[in-house]
Amino acid sequence: MAGKFIGQPIKRKEDVWLLTGKAEFLDDINLPGMLHAAFLRSDYAHARILKIDYSAALRRPGVVAVYTAQDFGDYWRPGPLQVPPPTAIKGSLFNAKPLVPIAKDKVRFSGEPLAVVIAESRYIAEDAFDDIVVEMEPLEAVTDLEKALEPNSPLIHEDLGTNLAANVIQQVGNYDEAAAQADVVIKRKILVDRGAAAAMENRGFVVDWNERAQELTVWANTQAPIPLRNAIAAKLGLFEDQVRVITPFIGGGFGPKIMTSQADDVLLPWIAMRLKRPIKWVEDRRENFLATTSERDQVHYAEIALTKDGKILGVKDVFYHDTGAYDPYGMTVPLNTQTHTISAYDVPNFYTEIKMVFTNKFVVTPVRGAGRPEGVYVMERLMDYAARELKMDPAEIRMKNLLRPEKLPYHTGVIGQDFVENVLDSGDYPAALRKAMDMIGYEKFVKEEQPRLRAEGKHKGIGIVCFTEGTAVGPYEGVRITVGANGKVNLVTGISTQGQGHFTSLAQIVAEQLSVPIDDVNVITGDTGHFHWGAGTFASRGITIAGTAAFSAATKIREKAIKLGSKYLGVPEDQIELSEGKIIVKGDPATFITLGDMAMRANPTRGVVEPGVEPGLEAVAYYGPPHGATGYGSVAMIVDVDPETMKVKVERFVIVHDCGTIVNPLIVEGQILGGMSMGLGQSFFEQMVYDENAQLLSASFMDYLMPQATDMPEKIEIGHLATPSPLNPLGIKGVGEAGAIPTPPAFAQAVENALADFGLQIMETPLSPSKLFGLARQARQGKGE
Amino acid sequence: MTKQYTIRLTVNGREYQRTVEPRLLLADFLRHELNLSGTHVGCEHGICGACTILFDGEPMRSCLLFAVQADGHDIRTVESLGTPEQLHPLQEAFNEKHALQCGFCTPGFLMSLVPFVESHPQPSEEEIREAIDGNICRCTGYENIIAAVKLATEKMAADQ
Repeated sequence: MAGKFIGQPIKRKEDVWLLTGKAEFLDDINLPGMLHAAFLRSDYAHARILKIDYSAALRRPGVVAVYTAQDFGDYWRPGPLQVPPPTAIKGSLFNAKPLVPIAKDKVRFSGEPLAVVIAESRYIAEDAFDDIVVEMEPLEAVTDLEKALEPNSPLIHEDLGTNLAANVIQQVGNYDEAAAQADVVIKRKILVDRGAAAAMENRGFVVDWNERAQELTVWANTQAPIPLRNAIAAKLGLFEDQVRVITPFIGGGFGPKIMTSQADDVLLPWIAMRLKRPIKWVEDRRENFLATTSERDQVHYAEIALTKDGKILGVKDVFYHDTGAYDPYGMTVPLNTQTHTISAYDVPNFYTEIKMVFTNKFVVTPVRGAGRPEGVYVMERLMDYAARELKMDPAEIRMKNLLRPEKLPYHTGVIGQDFVENVLDSGDYPAALRKAMDMIGYEKFVKEEQPRLRAEGKHKGIGIVCFTEGTAVGPYEGVRITVGANGKVNLVTGISTQGQGHFTSLAQIVAEQLSVPIDDVNVITGDTGHFHWGAGTFASRGITIAGTAAFSAATKIREKAIKLGSKYLGVPEDQIELSEGKIIVKGDPATFITLGDMAMRANPTRGVVEPGVEPGLEAVAYYGPPHGATGYGSVAMIVDVDPETMKVKVERFVIVHDCGTIVNPLIVEGQILGGMSMGLGQSFFEQMVYDENAQLLSASFMDYLMPQATDMPEKIEIGHLATPSPLNPLGIKGVGEAGAIPTPPAFAQAVENALADFGLQIMETPLSPSKLFGLARQARQGKGE
Repeated sequence: MTKQYTIRLTVNGREYQRTVEPRLLLADFLRHELNLSGTHVGCEHGICGACTILFDGEPMRSCLLFAVQADGHDIRTVESLGTPEQLHPLQEAFNEKHALQCGFCTPGFLMSLVPFVESHPQPSEEEIREAIDGNICRCTGYENIIAAVKLATEKMAADQ
């Protein structure tokens, strides 16, 4: 539904602040008398704490206090568990081990906090680390997901007697029967390793306890301000209204900033209340690598059963999922993997099993994609190997198995991260694939260009994949919209913003409904003092869930304004309309009252009101969907590989995407491009490398490579389909993770295709030039060369 | 107490005299001593480029410099470019082309690009990619930044 504002490429309102350096980020906040915190972190990944002596640190000038786990007394306790396991999956096992705020007795990952130093400056706080004597007894570290479940493995949590964190089996139909009837069964072991979210702004926290007002104010760059506020209040025994969480501008989120139970969240408010001085903590990049959550890290044993003409009969996938040292985020990530393994295909028989494992690496929680890329990678690799075995074209076998549009909405029978059955709500999956093939010129490349290029000795390959993106999950979000006496409109919501452009896109929805200039709509996100219900910005849900609430609230105001305007102007309601901030009589725009004047009149300060009247031009609305809306699409790319160096250049990248109604095409394309670059990073550049002692070897930007401008595809083309979701009145689906999900399997397929004469098999992501070199050598040796 | 040094420097055209510890990073000095918080710190080891400033006109990483090294030098930060009311052509083009999302890295990109667009009135796409290769952006995939630089240089050429 394109309108005057919705569907228009409106330039972002927030940009001027960001471009001129005037936007306030977390580390820009300075309060009088503010102290600084620093966390002394464990070098060992697995060890017993024998002694921590910080008496010398207290003697250092400028050090105000030092705390270890013991100093927090009864306040020290694990948790809370941020995401509970779903109850809808019968027979599933979940061993809850929520995060502990600071290590007590035992350390379970390298980087776990041992002590927190509070000092007059961050420089002094870190100086004091040298004064703290720590004695530890190192234990054997657990890093290998499969070995972790062997009987002789060291245990991360001894009381459990196992490193198994969860076991979930979901089945549709009967895979074993399907496999018995199949002409071909293809089995592969597939690895998806860990990458960092690496938002450019690290995490941070500023807390101020006002003793006189008995109120705690927290500034945090969190994706979940309301859950953070609730968690802090609950821990401290305060009312929620005594705690205000404010998010300043946030320098990227991508998942890990949803966490609300890390050391800063839990310990700093308690300390600030005791010291009665504000405290700031800002993570450095090394801490971000060691002790901010990250994702992927799965080992799949996957198989696909097909008829000889390439029709899928069934898929089976048993996978190990690394949750790290704790599992505060429940099973969100592996459940997403389960719902996205069958992805866009018609898979009549499906067996999927999660074996979630504790290791001595840091905790896994969602990072852009959140389990979806793993599922899609596994399925797409299986499709490629099925095509190879059956001598079919990769695009052809996909087209043959995609769900037809008439099958949608399609109930997959698999419970997802939102605890309800995953339903693919709307769209035309084959159309996306066809469009991607057309845009990249698939047939021509395969039949004409590639044979010629190969004859010239060039190694150019093409890859094409399909994907779904589960978005816009519940439970709900809300907004309050108020028309001010100044005639401008203020919207407040509980979600926060890390660059998604909500200040503009939510304003577009409101401006459309209220017929006001876009610059007259002010949007405040992520301040619990303004709005205190909701869950946060994650799972590509902001614009769909909060945007739908904004639409509903604006509609209520519109209706009220028309009703009040009708009375005031003395004409029937159907003769009234809103225009440019005024309530006018249709065909007689000179007869009007401004929205601002009407807002004033609707809030009388003397006299009487009619029973049931609500003051002002104001409305609150909430929206919660029955299940998520599912975006989808297809990615095609052409790569050029130098077989000497195994350097890969992406020459063309085509993505066709359907996120339903597009509120702002600039922002949607920006999200897709950003997701693509992260997906490319996780295809070929970015890997968190741990050694056998669970030490992270790539804990800096020197060692952890992120794509740079010269690594990007030479040509990027985006194709849009726009099938409105039937789930909400605007027809929106999310888009935040779209680019990240399909890129790794498309890259793997294209590289294999480019190096067809090498015969290598890519069963892992991320790759790197040296890994490709190793795979090529293996393939050569396999052929006896 | 560490020995303190008095430094005199020009920042955004204004002269300052301050007494600082020798270990104080230039980035921290600008942000916390002069309250010029538009310069952002992303990695503190010279890779991400978010803290890029102009040091005697050359783009440099303020996280890899000490404040005392700026003694007697001319520093420019993002605050020296346009204002919300009157943006620099680069800033305007970034807005126009949606070349920023979270905006945390943006001041560093702008400061890397200011001397580049002055010395390259008609840059090729390859030159633009090279020019911003030392700045990491996690949100945009660079595509729109490249488009913004093209637009800015076109506009600047047209205005001359």
